[in-house]
Amino acid sequence: MSVSSSTLRVEVWRGGEQGGYQTFEVPRQTSQTVLDVVTYIQKHLDPTLSYRYACRVGMCGSCAMQVNGVARWTCRTHVSKVCNDNRLQLAPLSNLPIVKDLVTNMDAFFGKIIAAKGRFVGAHTRHDPMEQVKPDSPARKEADAGIECIGCAVCYSSCDVVSWRPEFLGPAALNRAWTLVNDERDIDGAARLAAVAGDAGCHSCHTQGSCTMRCPKQLAPTAAIAGLKRMTARAAMRGELEVKEVSR
Amino acid sequence: MNQSAVKAARRWYWQRITAMGMALFVVIHIAVMVYAMNGGLSASEILGRTQGSFLWALFYGVFVVLVSVHASIGLRNTLVEWLRMSGKAAGVLGNLIALLLLVLGLRAVWAVTFGSL
Repeated sequence: MSVSSSTLRVEVWRGGEQGGYQTFEVPRQTSQTVLDVVTYIQKHLDPTLSYRYACRVGMCGSCAMQVNGVARWTCRTHVSKVCNDNRLQLAPLSNLPIVKDLVTNMDAFFGKIIAAKGRFVGAHTRHDPMEQVKPDSPARKEADAGIECIGCAVCYSSCDVVSWRPEFLGPAALNRAWTLVNDERDIDGAARLAAVAGDAGCHSCHTQGSCTMRCPKQLAPTAAIAGLKRMTARAAMRGELEVKEVSR
Repeated sequence: MNQSAVKAARRWYWQRITAMGMALFVVIHIAVMVYAMNGGLSASEILGRTQGSFLWALFYGVFVVLVSVHASIGLRNTLVEWLRMSGKAAGVLGNLIALLLLVLGLRAVWAVTFGSL
């Protein structure tokens, strides 16, 4: 059976938290991505289907959803990689409230990046000379390893700790914090360590590694969180975790 | 500053330190048992060796302390996550269990070292 002549049976989540699956038949194409399938449904079968996307090339992080029960970026996921018997099941990301169909409310996800002090705070102004950062310094290598996060929330949706402890900051926020505590230009490090310590922070992580396994950018939030655990524990034992935050 | 976060970070530290200690103690414990029991030993023969052995009491006394600290922190986390207890209630219960383990363990060490046959 050639790919182009076959048909995909696609179950798509419709409605809010109390919704259900609706089945669509979509023509199978070569090199078809899961996002292509969703777009086909919205364009040709049901214009009321809600979903998010922007760049279509794996940069913006907006198209993530659950494909056959696994959170993925759909623009870079080929149907041929995830399809069993020409069937697909598409659902919104878990661990986030559903707005409608495949769209989730991501306030909690982005709010936690702010709560983990994921914002860079520098001491210099535009009138100061550029700071020199050695690219091969150990701290900069740690920061570089986690810097390519696109904020797609695949890790957050895959994290079991988030599902049973909703206040947990989650892998993306903690990974972001880890890149900043390793940024030598940043001056908010002590307050950031205090923000990510504790039961809602890095110490709740069970090191199951789902985030690292599912990250479409092949980042390792598990390693970042392990680094934060060590750094915050050391700071707590030295009494350095009780520092006033820098206000700018 | 957020005191509960500081305490959580310290708990994590002590749980890891005690885990490292216990890893060493468990290896020594098992190695000695395998070596000593190789030919088969009766209860009175075992007690004959442990009675009055300060080194034995010290080893297992420290072991009991490590277990009590480690288990109480782990149980606190388990109670919070599985039974959705508050951190405070789980902390109190964890400490009580630590005390129980400490008393039971040290009593056993005392009995095997200094108790009468």
